[in-house]
Amino acid sequence: MSTTEMTVPSVGQQAEPQSFGPITRTDIVRYAGASGDFNPLHHDDGVAQAAGFPSVFSIGMLQAGFLATFATNWLGTETMRRFQVRFREMVWPGDLCTCKGEVTAVEPDEKGHRVTVTLTCTRQTGDVVLKGEADFLLA
Amino acid sequence: MYPWSAEPGKVREFALAVKAQPSAHEGAEAVIPPTFLTTARLVWEPREQDVMRELHFDMARVLHGEEEYTFFGPPPKVGETLDVETRVEKQFEKPGGRGGTMRFAVVVNEFRDAAGAVVAQQRTTVIETEGA
Repeated sequence: MSTTEMTVPSVGQQAEPQSFGPITRTDIVRYAGASGDFNPLHHDDGVAQAAGFPSVFSIGMLQAGFLATFATNWLGTETMRRFQVRFREMVWPGDLCTCKGEVTAVEPDEKGHRVTVTLTCTRQTGDVVLKGEADFLLA
Repeated sequence: MYPWSAEPGKVREFALAVKAQPSAHEGAEAVIPPTFLTTARLVWEPREQDVMRELHFDMARVLHGEEEYTFFGPPPKVGETLDVETRVEKQFEKPGGRGGTMRFAVVVNEFRDAAGAVVAQQRTTVIETEGA
């Protein structure tokens, strides 16, 4: 999707929520391989249990990647100028992650409009696992 | 400084892993999925350039606190190679909940094009939780 096809949204506008999952161990391993993050806490139950966890858990950057996919599906990829996330809770195999976003600011910019959105990723329990923000430059 | 490359096959693999449309990240004008920058540290960084080691954190107690990607134009194109330079931007401490100290560090990766211009930044906040 190019910059010119994207209409500038207004403050308060929300994206259609998008769910990812339920997260499988295969999803986690696929992301481990794709990103190069081979921390065994994310794919070896023995290591995770020895460290005091009930099982392996997802890589934070996997759900951050889902949130980025959600955000770029909404307002474009080449238009993105900033993407920020804070990691708040862990994600476990079987969890369903739901991403939501809302426009919080639209500022005129010399090249168009700088659109700021807040982003959240929640588990099926309602716990917020990620809180984030992104900026886009739209015409 | 070290090179990082957005190889098309690795980009496709990453796009599939984060459930992005792979077709959105293919072709001459396509850009990377934004968090693909994370592969610089995980796949390309030479061990001797790992500034995390300078922090002397106990890795068993380290959490990933925050991650931020800034693009000074469209994100890097698929197929592009950029130079990466890493530095510790700041370090600070906060009291933990059990009377100990939590240590924070912000590590920045700067991605430069052939002309030396910074086109993207990755800012990672790591936290060493208080000891037992």
